[in-house]
Amino acid sequence: MATYNPFGDIEVLRREIDRTFEDFWGGRQPRSWRVAFLPGQASRRYPLVNLYEDKDNFFVEALAPGIDPDSLELTVDNGVLTISGEKKEPQDVAEEAYHRSERAAGKFARRVELSGTVDVDTVKADYKNGVLMITLPKAPEAKPRQISVSTR
Amino acid sequence: MAEKTVPATREETAPREATRAQEQHIAPPVDIFEDKEGLVVVADMPGVESADLDVHVENDVLTLEAKTKHELPGEPYYREFQLVNFFRQFQLSDEVDVDHISAELKNGVLTLHLPKSEAAKPKRIQVRTQ
Repeated sequence: MATYNPFGDIEVLRREIDRTFEDFWGGRQPRSWRVAFLPGQASRRYPLVNLYEDKDNFFVEALAPGIDPDSLELTVDNGVLTISGEKKEPQDVAEEAYHRSERAAGKFARRVELSGTVDVDTVKADYKNGVLMITLPKAPEAKPRQISVSTR
Repeated sequence: MAEKTVPATREETAPREATRAQEQHIAPPVDIFEDKEGLVVVADMPGVESADLDVHVENDVLTLEAKTKHELPGEPYYREFQLVNFFRQFQLSDEVDVDHISAELKNGVLTLHLPKSEAAKPKRIQVRTQ
C-alpha cells in the first residue's frame, strides 16, 4: 500500500485497465474482482509488516489503516505472532452510490514468525494513525550475551 | 468527479513538482460515494498526522497532500513497506459547495464530506391538478 512504487506508470496503467473493466461491469466490479487491498482469497498479504530488532526487543510494524482497534487481536505463541482483525466498509452505502471503490474491506489474519522467543507477558501494541506498532521484549535466552574471554 | 491522476497531469496541475527536488509520493486509494448531502471521499492515508495533512480546493481541483515521518524503532531486518508522502488530485464539478467541505482524519483514514450546492440539490415540483 504505502510502499513507494518505482513503477508508478505501471500502477497508473493498471488503474486505467481496472477502470475500463469497471465501465464494462456498469460502474462497479463484482466484489470478487475488486482490487485486493485486502485478503480473503486474495493473493496479497495483509497487513504488510516491517520487522525491526534492537538489543532487547523485536518490533513488528503493520500497515493497517481504518481498523477499529477493538477488533484487532494479537496472539503470541512459540515465537509466532498472529495479527487478526477486520476492516469494515463504509456503512449504509448502496452499491450504486459508489463512484469509485479502491479500498477494500474484510477480515484478515497474518502470522509472523519471530527469530527468537519473546517475553509474552510484556508485549505492547500501539495503534496510531493507521499503523500498528507491536513491541515484543526478547526473552532472556534470546538476548545477545557478551562472553568475556579470560586470558591466562 | 473525474480524477486528476498525478503522473498523467503533472505538468498541468502540479508544475511546482518540476522545480522541486523529486519526492517520493503515492496516490492514496479512495472510495467515493454519494449520500444525501453530497459526495463522500474516503482515503487510506496511514502514518499521516493531521498537522501534516493538507487538503485544499483551488480552481475546482481538490488536492490531498500529506507528509509522513517514518521513525524506525530499531534495526530493520525485514521490510515490506515504507511510509511515503501522499498526493492526489480530483476535479470537482461546480455542483460541490466548496465552502462547506469538512474533513476528518481517524486511524489513518481521511473522510471528506463534499456537500452539494443548494442549486444542485433535488427539488420537488408540485403538481397541480385542475
